[in-house]
Amino acid sequence: MIRIDCPICGLRDETEFTYGADANVRRPAMDEAEMQPWLDYVFFRDNPRGWHREYWHHVQGCRQWLVVERNTLTHEIRSCDLAREVAA
Amino acid sequence: MKRLTSGGRIDRAKPLSIEFDSKSLPGFQGDTLSSALLAGGKSLVGRSFKYHRPRGIYSAGAEEPNALVHLRQGNRHEPNARATMTEAFDGLVATSQNAWPNLQFDIGAVNNWLSPFFSAGFYYKTFIGPFKHSTKFWMMCETVIRKAAGMGRATYLQDPDSYEKRNAFCDVLVIGGGISGLSAALAAGRAGAQVMLIEQDFKLGGAALSDAVGGEGDTWIATVHRELMEMQNVRILTRTTVFGAYDGDTYGLVERVSDHILAPENHQVRQRYWVVHAKRSILATGAIERPLVFGGNDKPGVMLAGAARTYANRFAVLAGETIVVTTNNDSAYIVAADLALAGAMVTLVEMRASVAQDIMDSATDAGVTLHLGHGVLQALGRKCVTGAVIVPIDMKGRATGPKKTLPCDLIATSGGWAPAVHLWSQLYKKPVYITSGTCFVPAPLETHTMQPAGTANAASSLAEVIEQGCSRGAEAAQAADCTSSGGDIPKSFSTGAFWQSNISPLWAVFDAEGKFPDKAFVDFQHDVKVSDIDQAHLEGYVSVEHLKRYTTTGMGSDQGKLSSVNALARMADLRDVAIPDVGTTTFRPPYTPIAMGSVVGHEHGRHFRPTRLSPIHHWHLENGAKMTQAGAWLRSWYYPKGNEDLRSAYIREARHVREHVGIVDVSTLGKIAVQGPDAAEFLNRMYVNGWKTLNIGRLRYGVMLREDGFVMDDGATARLGEHDYFMSTTTANAAKVLAFSEHLLQTSWKNLRVHVTTITDQWAAFAIAGPKARDLLSKVSGADLSNDALPNNHFTQATVGEVNVRIHRMSYSGELAYEVYVPSGFGRYVWEALYASGAEFDLRPYGSEAMGALRIEKGHVAGPELEGRTTMKDLGLEGFASSKKPFVGSVLRKRPVLEDPERPTLVGLEIGGGIAAKAGSLLFPETGETNGHGDGWVSSTTYSPALGRNIAMCFLKNGQARMGETVRVINFVGNEELAAKVVSHHFFDPEGKRQNG
Repeated sequence: MIRIDCPICGLRDETEFTYGADANVRRPAMDEAEMQPWLDYVFFRDNPRGWHREYWHHVQGCRQWLVVERNTLTHEIRSCDLAREVAA
Repeated sequence: MKRLTSGGRIDRAKPLSIEFDSKSLPGFQGDTLSSALLAGGKSLVGRSFKYHRPRGIYSAGAEEPNALVHLRQGNRHEPNARATMTEAFDGLVATSQNAWPNLQFDIGAVNNWLSPFFSAGFYYKTFIGPFKHSTKFWMMCETVIRKAAGMGRATYLQDPDSYEKRNAFCDVLVIGGGISGLSAALAAGRAGAQVMLIEQDFKLGGAALSDAVGGEGDTWIATVHRELMEMQNVRILTRTTVFGAYDGDTYGLVERVSDHILAPENHQVRQRYWVVHAKRSILATGAIERPLVFGGNDKPGVMLAGAARTYANRFAVLAGETIVVTTNNDSAYIVAADLALAGAMVTLVEMRASVAQDIMDSATDAGVTLHLGHGVLQALGRKCVTGAVIVPIDMKGRATGPKKTLPCDLIATSGGWAPAVHLWSQLYKKPVYITSGTCFVPAPLETHTMQPAGTANAASSLAEVIEQGCSRGAEAAQAADCTSSGGDIPKSFSTGAFWQSNISPLWAVFDAEGKFPDKAFVDFQHDVKVSDIDQAHLEGYVSVEHLKRYTTTGMGSDQGKLSSVNALARMADLRDVAIPDVGTTTFRPPYTPIAMGSVVGHEHGRHFRPTRLSPIHHWHLENGAKMTQAGAWLRSWYYPKGNEDLRSAYIREARHVREHVGIVDVSTLGKIAVQGPDAAEFLNRMYVNGWKTLNIGRLRYGVMLREDGFVMDDGATARLGEHDYFMSTTTANAAKVLAFSEHLLQTSWKNLRVHVTTITDQWAAFAIAGPKARDLLSKVSGADLSNDALPNNHFTQATVGEVNVRIHRMSYSGELAYEVYVPSGFGRYVWEALYASGAEFDLRPYGSEAMGALRIEKGHVAGPELEGRTTMKDLGLEGFASSKKPFVGSVLRKRPVLEDPERPTLVGLEIGGGIAAKAGSLLFPETGETNGHGDGWVSSTTYSPALGRNIAMCFLKNGQARMGETVRVINFVGNEELAAKVVSHHFFDPEGKRQNG
């Protein structure tokens, strides 16, 4: 049971959240007309062994999207921030 | 074997009626099923998994591999229960399993004679044929094998009991209520921490319960227990197993609330699943004795030495009267002594060449005959042990001299002890091997939140057990900022020697040629022999992970509790490496088997997930509606009159809508409030079409794509105010659209000043459709709903009775139609007002089946078309896309692969004949081969009341160019083939005259 320290709601069980995958990707600007940046954004991901910066959505709580640093080997959680407060 | 006349931790004033295979057993309160079986003289209790060899009780604990029985009858029947862990109760009925017709004469024993064909990996090597019909041959054998496979049989009856789940939080979770666990709980409790002490047995005390009754151990336990009971901050749970240790310092426990009585009483649950969050935990799980390996070591009458002592001292049962105890360590000496004191003739076969004098004296003084430097080579007997063949052995366990047979009815073996590191391993993976104890222990690391104490950490004296428990308990409490203490560490007391001092690494005895004279078992539960391990090695499966899976050693429900170290030892010998170099596999939860019911709790049947009801739900039921599930929602499906079936009902309802007027409840559709100065910009980005020109009082249909360019959702959005929009989505996608919107607004579009809020449950919505819809609504609301006042895609405020509502003009059915939006609290009131006023216009309710037929007749796309594999182009909706602004998916929808003209596109089918097409059927040209996926598939299908024929919407390669062509519609699963004509999917009123009037 991973526990996530939501900045709004406190330490909560993972079952209150939905996983949102890689938070390192940058969405291209709306007016980006080239195909490759969109392909990169939608399809290509790194698969790190170890620390991973990723999105979680607190759907059963404050409904805020969070950026969490989780270790993909140990499930240790290192940090948890509101997505709206960290770099896009 | 017999019950001793005195002693034991049993209450002889409370005899119990217990039955095994229809024979009554002499049990008392405090017995387990296994002690009652032994007291009743039952040495044969089961048949082994593969070879159906006769098996007896091997242990007195959770590690039991042989005494697996059926418990209870009828709807509480359960298979594969360990007799050693079954608390005896009055009325307990158990039966043997895996034997036919009975335990004594089991036909399955033929497997034993055929055993050479059933060695390790046999099923990887058989049933593989390059010959014709090899698959058919395997399938035929598989039906026979399936019947013979498995151990116990489960019941198909409904479980009558209830279960519950509970959450708990504590500072210190002490796992195990033996001496080290009690010490840890005491220290942590005295320091003021919130403590939970968990013990799987029904009594506290652990290994000390195997000491004779009335000794210092009993006093020690009683004193500590009393102090713990007085602490408000300490909670003790017995009959509870910690079965799993998980991330985030979470633990899974099962409390066997009512397993020890015939049936739960007072509406109590049968079992309770605890999810415990503990800041720290103490692994005080003790150690499990390791078997010795020799020929015939699985026969009834061979058991662990410690178990023989437990039966004698705790349960007052002598498991044999002429006993051979064999050992490679000091811990078996008190076993031999206690068994001799209980009246048995005991011979101790000591594998080591020399042993400390005081240890030897402790046995010989009790009358035990001692043979040094000897090992048991073979157990003799068929359905029970009748003798032990012993030989002098060398440092490797090889026979060095002549055999001698000792008549006996019990062989008690001790190969050392293995700390129960399972829960630790679940969290921290690989334990470390210590040669001083010839065992694996947790790898010490201060940062671990679980710390071992006692024999789980290979403590080598009782004083060390107590000291470790107290220290770890105090440290754990300190980690939770609890440091107040006081009170002395409870004193140690005398008990048997531990195993570590002078232990020999020997674990097996074989003859001078290095062979075992009979099958020598390493894993009893899975019938894995030393020769199977040798075979795995021979075939190259030498890593520990391959060894485990190829031989299946350690893969039974005992998860290798007795077998893992011996299996590693054999592979280490074969590979000529040290045991730790072979490695260990990872233990997985649960530590011991748990019932499905316990973790399901109450979440089954209707409580598996929430049911969402429309505000009008009860009106539907009261008016005869049959309901259907749409995701978590219940929707009215059809309203049968008289004894109409589904088909008659929906045809009547759909016709009524087209001829008069109908009302359908569409409250389940997703509704999202989109509010803020940048709301229009947000909608522009989300939808393919434009929103900046949408005025207040207007609504517009929108199509939304996924980021990868496929269609995700559609719905209409109304502009309620300057910065206030009312978005609707399909029922199925409401949550997805909301989450997607929130994600974009909180990550990539942070500068947009927009809030999105779910308002699905806040608004009831009804569609009123049909030629008389305007008349009805005008009358009941008094609003001007003329075509000029409220054209298509407009909305207006109105009142029904005293309730303010909105009336949207939009049509899904293709008829003149309106959607009425009502604050959900007034939903039923307005529905009933509409219904009452509607009588004059012959208003009838219709359900989702009729609604579906109506929209298919019009060719509107819905869920079956928007299933995630189709693009706007496939759907013929490309015209909606704005060329003036980008939107989600606007670039990737143009990927060449999505622009492929070969992609199937949306068209209609007129089905020939009286059978409707099945959704998912594949489409093929009129003639030719029918391989592969064909030219397309059927998405939506119905019998059309308006057209009087079966129609379907489908996706067809080059659909637009094939109008009028006949295609085959093939349902391969149902073996059905139809013919159909390709037509436009706008079957009924393609110009939309009816809805635009």
